[in-house]
Amino acid sequence: MKSILSALGLAAVLAAGPAWAQSYPAKPITMIVPFAAGGPTDVIARIVADSMSKTLGQQIVVENVAGAGGTTGTTRAAQSAPDGYTIMMGHMGTHGAAPALYPNLKYDPTKDFEPIGMAAGTPILIVAKKNFPAKDLKEFLAKAKADGDKINEAHAGIGSVSHTTCLLLNAQAGLKPTQVPFRGTGPALNDLVSGQVDFMCDQIVNLVEQIKGGNIKAYAIATPERSPALPDVPTTKEAGLPEYQVSAWNAVFAPKGAPKDITAKLNDALGKALSDENTRKRLLDLGAVLPDKAGQTQEALGTFVAQEVARWTPVIKAAGAVAQ
Amino acid sequence: MEQFVDNLALGFSTALSLKNIGLCFLGCLVGTLIGVLPGVGPIATIAMLLPVTFGIDPTGALIMLAGIYYGAQYGGSTTAILVNIPGEATSVVTTLDGHQMARQGRAGVALGIAAIGSFIAGSIATLVIAALGAPLTKLALLFGPAEYFSLMVMGLVFAVVLARGSLPKAIAMIVVGLLLSTVGTDLETGQERLTFGIAELSDGVDFAVLAMGIFGFAEIIRNLENPETRDVVRGKIGRLLPSKEDFKQALPPILRGTGLGAVLGILPGNGAVLGPFASYTLEKKIAKEPSRFGRGAIEGIAGPEAANNAGAQTAFIPLLTLGIPPNAVMALMVGAMTIHGIIPGPQVVTKNPQLFWGMIASMWVGNLMLLIINLPLVGLWVRLLKVPYSLLYPAILLFCCIGIYSINNSTSDVIFTAFFGLVGYALLKFGYEPAPLLLGFVLGKLMEEKLRQALILSRGSFATFVERPVSGGLLLVAAIMLVIALLPAIRKGRDEVFTE
Repeated sequence: MKSILSALGLAAVLAAGPAWAQSYPAKPITMIVPFAAGGPTDVIARIVADSMSKTLGQQIVVENVAGAGGTTGTTRAAQSAPDGYTIMMGHMGTHGAAPALYPNLKYDPTKDFEPIGMAAGTPILIVAKKNFPAKDLKEFLAKAKADGDKINEAHAGIGSVSHTTCLLLNAQAGLKPTQVPFRGTGPALNDLVSGQVDFMCDQIVNLVEQIKGGNIKAYAIATPERSPALPDVPTTKEAGLPEYQVSAWNAVFAPKGAPKDITAKLNDALGKALSDENTRKRLLDLGAVLPDKAGQTQEALGTFVAQEVARWTPVIKAAGAVAQ
Repeated sequence: MEQFVDNLALGFSTALSLKNIGLCFLGCLVGTLIGVLPGVGPIATIAMLLPVTFGIDPTGALIMLAGIYYGAQYGGSTTAILVNIPGEATSVVTTLDGHQMARQGRAGVALGIAAIGSFIAGSIATLVIAALGAPLTKLALLFGPAEYFSLMVMGLVFAVVLARGSLPKAIAMIVVGLLLSTVGTDLETGQERLTFGIAELSDGVDFAVLAMGIFGFAEIIRNLENPETRDVVRGKIGRLLPSKEDFKQALPPILRGTGLGAVLGILPGNGAVLGPFASYTLEKKIAKEPSRFGRGAIEGIAGPEAANNAGAQTAFIPLLTLGIPPNAVMALMVGAMTIHGIIPGPQVVTKNPQLFWGMIASMWVGNLMLLIINLPLVGLWVRLLKVPYSLLYPAILLFCCIGIYSINNSTSDVIFTAFFGLVGYALLKFGYEPAPLLLGFVLGKLMEEKLRQALILSRGSFATFVERPVSGGLLLVAAIMLVIALLPAIRKGRDEVFTE
């Protein structure tokens, strides 16, 4: 029933004709989230969209277009009309790792989008089953290195955040674990809790409660500073692997060719969302890290995306991981 | 014990606030409605309603969403009985005897016993969650990839034994289901398999697409063929309350079904789907006259319906205690909790006791409401389904299409559904049962995942499946079941049962 109503609503909106930039936004804006509802990117997108809607005076409707590691929704966003009424919440995977993972990718993260701004990053943690015989990161890395492929690493599927971030860890620390793929973080975490697998890398959002509950142990967080959500977990710098700095970032993009005044307006609304007390609190409660003023600009995001693509391509190519 | 009572008291004081009762009622009503209407499942509905819950407090939001979920399980059985279309995988079994009862003019009793069985199961399952939530999660933790794989092998053997018609055809259907589940991106290497270069297939075939196609669309095409033998029960529903004998006959299956469903529901990986199948097989095996099954046996509805509802509720245990969603609906619940800043996990009980116990108590309140909604309002639901075919067919097809479209906002899904509708029609024509295909498909993806994980963990040794005691035991049960089904004497009896 709801679908019919929203379809009618959509038809009415389409019939209203083109809107002028001066009066932007004159109708609801669609924000494509290239992952299923309920995941970390979806939650961040909904919190940010809620606040941006208030600033812009028009509803931002979140549309989940999941599939093929987020590239289905991202392709759709890249190909939609650059009128500012379709934007998307991009992600480390879709705008960083995807070009190396998907040889037939139908978009280029650096060329087919107008960067709007960074929304929030979720730090990556190195975690292990609770009875893993290592008390800190140094011991863990030494043992994992010595054990070679006898140690089991769980990840949430080829191209997932947990897969790519652990590829980076393995490359930097010289680990060669046996990789056990799961479909999604939930099942992977389940088998880590029950001790079927030894370790994994994943976003803090998925792990906080399991770490606090003592079901798994965290060796380090891959950010420059400790997270207020887990103040006892040392950073990778403190724990002895300073080069491992990685976070699953989420940022807003518009299709290439969206007018400058519109992208500026969207960037402004995003900035207001990130300085709104209530929105900040909701994001920080999730364990997310918010960009500072300098990191909130459109230019900063553009540069960052280029860096990310350049950083992930060799790591993924070296590991031979390909998703088609 | 005292703590148990204290906890439940806290739960009921939360669940019985005026606002939460209202939200629970709303959830149950919406759930029943979408459950009754084929084509719009709880997953799509909950996903669509997630944003609405922004304005409500988390406890109320979850009470409403949970109401939609178990309301849909209730409503699904109404459609299964009256139209012979299972709204969800879990109500496939209800069509077998439920629809036959309806054709015999006992639709009312079938609906009544489904509702009463579900209520009894729901009440017991609520107590089970409250009492055993924490300790029972240890059971799920015993299950590694090898155990899951063996459990699913057992499930498929059950499906073969359960299937109507010839054994080779049932096995063929399961194998086709397993094959269909391998379409899409390979889990380990990321290569595409059986996609023929069609981008839409890179994530595999969607469950809803397949189910709606081979059950929903195919059923409608078949009905179009013979308009005079239409399957929607248009005759009298008859009285709703089962007679004393009916009830006496149905109570033991209800209790057994509750037990089976509750245990299977706790297992992550959508164990709840197995509950009704397992219960049906059990009832048929222990029945004095197994030949009545498939021809309107009341036990064939009572047991599976109870198992279905018990499983739907105990599926909350891994979510509430471990924070791990056992199926797609629970994954959406995780989303709803995270949106409200509550991260599901072991901390929920201590940090948000009101939410934890309030939600559990609301399940019992919700079950009572569903009994009240379903029994007196069944006339309304029936009227919804009694609409003449000229109106009903396009409406069902339209709802199916909307439902399918709304899951992924994808038009290709609708086209695939139409394709599977034709396939399903062909299968019916050649005398192949689609139910084992669907089960093979549902379990296939997970089975392959677990098989490969178990083999990676054992470094390629198949012995792991028999060396691990739980896994070995499950395989043994499966083997025994298969031998029994294939034994010439029993096989002959079975053929007599199924040949009409």
